[in-house]
Amino acid sequence: MHLVYPAVLAALLFCTGLYGVLARRNVILVLMSVELMLNAVNLNLVAFDAWLRDTLHAGQALTLFTIAVAAAEIGIGLAIVLLVHRHRGTSDIDRLRDLADTPGTPDAATAEPQPQPDTKAEAPA
Amino acid sequence: MTPTTTAVLVPLLPFLGAVAGFLLGRRAPGFVRPLAVLPTLAAAVLAAVTAAAVGTGPATDVATRLTPTGSVPIDLALHLDGFAVLIAVLVGVVATCVQIYSTGYLRDDPRYPSYAALVSLFTSAMLLVVYTGDLMVLLVGWEVMGICSYFLVGHYWETEAARAASLKAFLVTKLGDVPFLFGIFALAADTGTFRITGIVGSIARDGLDHPTLIALLLLAGVAGKSAQFPLHTWLPDAMAGPTPVSALIHAATMVAAGVYVVARLLPVFAASAAALVVLAVMAAVTMIGSGLAALAQDDVKRVLAYSTIGQLGYMTGALAVGDRGAAVFHLISHGAFKALLFLGAGALIHAAGTNSLSAMSRMSGLDRRVPDAYWTVTVALLALAAIPPFSGFFSKEAVLGAAEHAATGGAAGIPGAAGWTVLISGLIAALLTAGYATRLWLLAFRGSGPEAPDHSPQPLAMKAVLWVLFVPTAAFGLTAPFLPDWFDGRSLTPTLTTSVLGTGIALVGGLITYATWRHTTAPATRTAADGAATDPGRVLLGPLYRPAAAGFHLDAVYTTLFVRPVRAAAVLVRFLDREVVDTYVRAAGTGPRWLGAAVRRAQTGNVQTYLGALLAGALVLAVAAVLVATGTGA
Repeated sequence: MHLVYPAVLAALLFCTGLYGVLARRNVILVLMSVELMLNAVNLNLVAFDAWLRDTLHAGQALTLFTIAVAAAEIGIGLAIVLLVHRHRGTSDIDRLRDLADTPGTPDAATAEPQPQPDTKAEAPA
Repeated sequence: MTPTTTAVLVPLLPFLGAVAGFLLGRRAPGFVRPLAVLPTLAAAVLAAVTAAAVGTGPATDVATRLTPTGSVPIDLALHLDGFAVLIAVLVGVVATCVQIYSTGYLRDDPRYPSYAALVSLFTSAMLLVVYTGDLMVLLVGWEVMGICSYFLVGHYWETEAARAASLKAFLVTKLGDVPFLFGIFALAADTGTFRITGIVGSIARDGLDHPTLIALLLLAGVAGKSAQFPLHTWLPDAMAGPTPVSALIHAATMVAAGVYVVARLLPVFAASAAALVVLAVMAAVTMIGSGLAALAQDDVKRVLAYSTIGQLGYMTGALAVGDRGAAVFHLISHGAFKALLFLGAGALIHAAGTNSLSAMSRMSGLDRRVPDAYWTVTVALLALAAIPPFSGFFSKEAVLGAAEHAATGGAAGIPGAAGWTVLISGLIAALLTAGYATRLWLLAFRGSGPEAPDHSPQPLAMKAVLWVLFVPTAAFGLTAPFLPDWFDGRSLTPTLTTSVLGTGIALVGGLITYATWRHTTAPATRTAADGAATDPGRVLLGPLYRPAAAGFHLDAVYTTLFVRPVRAAAVLVRFLDREVVDTYVRAAGTGPRWLGAAVRRAQTGNVQTYLGALLAGALVLAVAAVLVATGTGA
């Protein structure tokens, strides 16, 4: 079999995964897209291993390694998604914006100290 | 032990006591009192041993050089002669008395440990100044005393007055110390050594290149330390410190250091007639001005402070006529009776519950409340007023005799003008001294009105010390015939002319004050118990009373001359810093701040945007790498 078929297939798979990672809004689907990208790499590894007739079969060994790592990764990823969903009630990646740098935050140190809302709420009680 | 060993131990022991006091003060309160008293007492005993060993023999000079300096060498030198050993005994005795007295006076003070350690350090520094034979080592002791006085005057730092007084004492003495340092350098540059013996020898051999300049520079430091006009203003304010500290500063240390330095370096001053005249005029202004001011003060301690300034004026006057024996004689006898006066005044204030003389004059029976203080202070005041046969009479007559000797042209190289200035101002000051001593005694012990309140009895430590100091106050004058062997050999026994004149004037001063007091108290007791009206000083001084009470407004002059310009300069500097320098800094920060604001917009929090940017960057890099690798991009 010519090398071009698995290579093209791997490229298509990778592009599909990339699109999913960049465009999908559901975290589960993003994780699935990551798996697609990983498997595109695996396909490449196996195809080139066969084409090069490597006596040590380093490509195949690395593929097994990648599969194991991917399994671990998806386990942890799903656990995180589960926890996020339990806490926030959503797994929409567009709404998880805690890393955002809201304007005015770096100047908070020089600004007036913000009153603590919870202590204020407890004060009259 | 040789005199050298004991002389090294004398400053060292109080220093070690001070270090131990600082280290152990909080952890082991039980050791504080022994650590305060015992090293000082041992130093006093060793100073006496050293004095006995050196005796009237030739001066002992020992020096070791720790390290070469490259130019003028600095030696750890000891110079033990009659002046040094006798003053060291005085310092040791007074410091021991002050330490013992303080155990009673400050027994409830929470800061007593650090106080006692500072007093020890102060004593050690003064002993170093007295014994050293090298001007640089002397300067070390000189400056340590400056900083100790700052801490001790500010002992009650909770009060505004004590903080201001300690700062003032420090700044005013520093104002004199800067020229003093330059004077030492100029002296060393001229003579090529910091050793006092070397300097004196060099002057005797080749003279000095700039004697007047050096003498005047040194004089500034002496005026600051010894509280001579015009740098005396710190001393009355230094009364904000505890009374034993006043006794220490006024009697044996600090103020004595300036006089002692001039006595040691007298050939430098004698080389310049102009410097001697300046010294004489300074002494004259100091003596008369402080006498007038003392007559108008209401605070007992301020009266004594001004009297210290005046008595120091006598000492500088004696130096101005070239008789350092008389100056040191008066220094020692004044040290004894002034320490007694301050410690007695402490007891008096303790009993009366007030510093104010007019308040004391409204109480009766203070003399019965503190009989020990009454008798000892009475004798000390007689000594202060130079009434025979007490110590002050002999030493003051020695000063006046020296002035008369110089005025009549009997002293070679001393301008007659200096002699006349010192003699006449000394006689006027004797009148004033007797006046304010009488006024102090009458107002404090002869008040009329309700019985003085009965405070707790005086601790034994405080009473005993008064009687210890009473002995030299009463009897030190008897040593006058023997002292010349210890000093320069010039006779210190009173001459007939000056003794009759001086004693007569003192008696007149005392009697006038007494008569005025009788005159003012008689109607006052009839009409109302108005304490101010019984003050003889107010009547005697007349229109001078108000300016004299304010120290002739010298502080106001200093405020105008120095404090205001410095404050204005501070405002200017603040403006330059805040408005000019900061503008540049803020402008330099603007660019990065804008850049930061722009970059911050990219931080949306959307992970997918970040990944997209990452991908785009990676692609750009990959394309660039490929182009570079294939060589088409070049």
